[in-house]
Amino acid sequence: MLTFTIRRLLLAIPTLLAISFIIFAILDLSPGDPTSQIPLTVPPEVREHIRTSLGLDEPFIVRYLLWLKQFFINEPLNILEEWTGYTFGDGDRLRISSWATRSPVVDLIVERLPQTLWVVGMSYVVGALIAIPIGVISAYKQYSWFDQVGTFVSMIGFSVPTFFTGLLLIVIFAVNLQWLPSIYDTTLRVTDWSSFVAQIKQMIMPTMVLALYNASQISRFMRASMLDNLNQDYVRTARAKGMKEKTVVLVHVLRNSLIPVVTVIALGVPQVFGGAIITEQIFKVNGLGQLLIIGIQGADIPLVQTLTFIFAVLIVLFNLVADILYGVLDPRIRYD
Amino acid sequence: MKDLPAGATTIPVLEVENLSTVFATQDGAVHAVNGVSFDLRPGELLGVVGESGSGKSVTMMSLLKLLPMPPARIASGSVKLGGRDILTVSDAELREVRGGKVGFVFQDPMTSLNPVFTVGYQLMEPLREHMGLSKAEARRRAAELLGLVGIPSPEKRLEDYPHQFSGGMRQRVMIAIALACDPQVLIADEPTTALDVTIQAQILDLVKELRERLGMAIVWVTHDLGVVAGIADRVMVMYGGQVVEQAGVHALFEDPRHPYTRALLETLPDMDGGRSARLRSIPGQPPVLRDVPTACPFAPRCAHAFEQCHRANPPLEPVGEGHLVSCWWDYARTGTGPEENTHA
Repeated sequence: MLTFTIRRLLLAIPTLLAISFIIFAILDLSPGDPTSQIPLTVPPEVREHIRTSLGLDEPFIVRYLLWLKQFFINEPLNILEEWTGYTFGDGDRLRISSWATRSPVVDLIVERLPQTLWVVGMSYVVGALIAIPIGVISAYKQYSWFDQVGTFVSMIGFSVPTFFTGLLLIVIFAVNLQWLPSIYDTTLRVTDWSSFVAQIKQMIMPTMVLALYNASQISRFMRASMLDNLNQDYVRTARAKGMKEKTVVLVHVLRNSLIPVVTVIALGVPQVFGGAIITEQIFKVNGLGQLLIIGIQGADIPLVQTLTFIFAVLIVLFNLVADILYGVLDPRIRYD
Repeated sequence: MKDLPAGATTIPVLEVENLSTVFATQDGAVHAVNGVSFDLRPGELLGVVGESGSGKSVTMMSLLKLLPMPPARIASGSVKLGGRDILTVSDAELREVRGGKVGFVFQDPMTSLNPVFTVGYQLMEPLREHMGLSKAEARRRAAELLGLVGIPSPEKRLEDYPHQFSGGMRQRVMIAIALACDPQVLIADEPTTALDVTIQAQILDLVKELRERLGMAIVWVTHDLGVVAGIADRVMVMYGGQVVEQAGVHALFEDPRHPYTRALLETLPDMDGGRSARLRSIPGQPPVLRDVPTACPFAPRCAHAFEQCHRANPPLEPVGEGHLVSCWWDYARTGTGPEENTHA
């Protein structure tokens, strides 16, 4: 398993380099200019000066290599310095900075990560926790009313876009009933009970919108996987041994059924970090999804490049995690 | 009980009376088992033979309600284990019987064990459930059982997963699981069908030996008459979801009465025959029973069938010492069978 992990990590290096190059090339080829947001009254030679100051007069390959150096050497060293308090070298390194705000991109990300993790991450956890029991019961009582309702709701949850369910919830709970705020207040600090309640209240709607979507997906996986296993011979063996029905279903069948579901859940984790771009927009959660949208709109190429690349790293990483989980959960799979 | 073979006077451990199982399918009902009755005495090995689709396995599964219900439904009958009808007991009592008083070995050892749990875990489960053993006690007993079924270094192998065992070894594990709680009855549903011939012989020897040592009654389901000849005391031949002939193993091989039994025996390859002797088969297919049969189910394939055979389903009648047959042709030929029908 260890050699497998190391081999996969080494293989990830060329993969990620290729991905970073492709992202950089696509962004470079795409239309849009960092000076396009500047008023038209600014004369062309000043625009040219701005472009030069951003390093845009350098050839493509130089800009790419500089970005690589910044991402893989300067930023990690900077994080290390902040953690340990030591200074490496002269400590004067160029960080990847946003063209729009001039602040380091990594700092922007760190600033917005908590909101995304709280709202989107919570919705993922809630979704999985709802989905697994629903999938188990739906499969065990296949074609019962519970299964019919569950299947119908998950079809709805999966096919109705989140911007629709989001707006629907806002209309019902924020506008008509006025129970919940429609806008996520990032400045809220949880210091006492009432601010904690306020935090929960503002998290409910965005979390539920995304949880419904996630649960719909995962519960269908869970149901299908349970159905696959419920008819297996070993289930009959467990019954013939006189095991309680609860043990048969929740130990023998569930353990087998969870193998593919857990890996599907692991593969979905990068999406959590990616934030739910649309949902964050609707509820004004200033998470990573919103940051990406702002970056794209302002042609803030370093920001978009770095964010997209971090998502790619997470996807490669969680693919590996899913494979390792497979090996841990299924004794038949050995990577040696 | 009627028709006990000479010397066998003990009370049966298992009495099956008029058992019928119906499957609800999209095309209507399928009557897979129709009024099967048999009994099993302590220490006896009853062979159950018949071709695929004759209702052997469904009968055995019905005994412990192991069929998925629905679609399956036990339409009638009783299964008495030590005098208690286990078809009507509560779920909790039924679980005590399953794996406790009755052990079950299935056909395919490759899929009958749970792939994600160790063999030790799966073997310890019934021990802890039925015998209330502690973890350490169950472990000791589990190792003992693996040793009993002839698995080398049993202590170590408890930690292994099913995929680390060969097919024959897995079937030994299945037998160990079935024997875990000292059952009175062991039901083996084609336990050697999925194994190759040398392994099959080993498993047969193992069961013979275990039966002598532990003294439980065994129902051995197979479609291989050669296997039955080697181990059974008594044989029950099934066709179309019903018992067509039942006899002691010697009586059956020396004096087969039902045309189906005769045909089955004729399909056995003759070891003395020349190389050119072709394998024989019984023409036709076993029936799919949409209704409770009102005629002999074998009549369409039977060389001896006459008018009576297409009109009424023959009852299972004693025709000799411990020998029961369900065949109009045989009743007419030998002057046996039900009184009111012998004139036919």
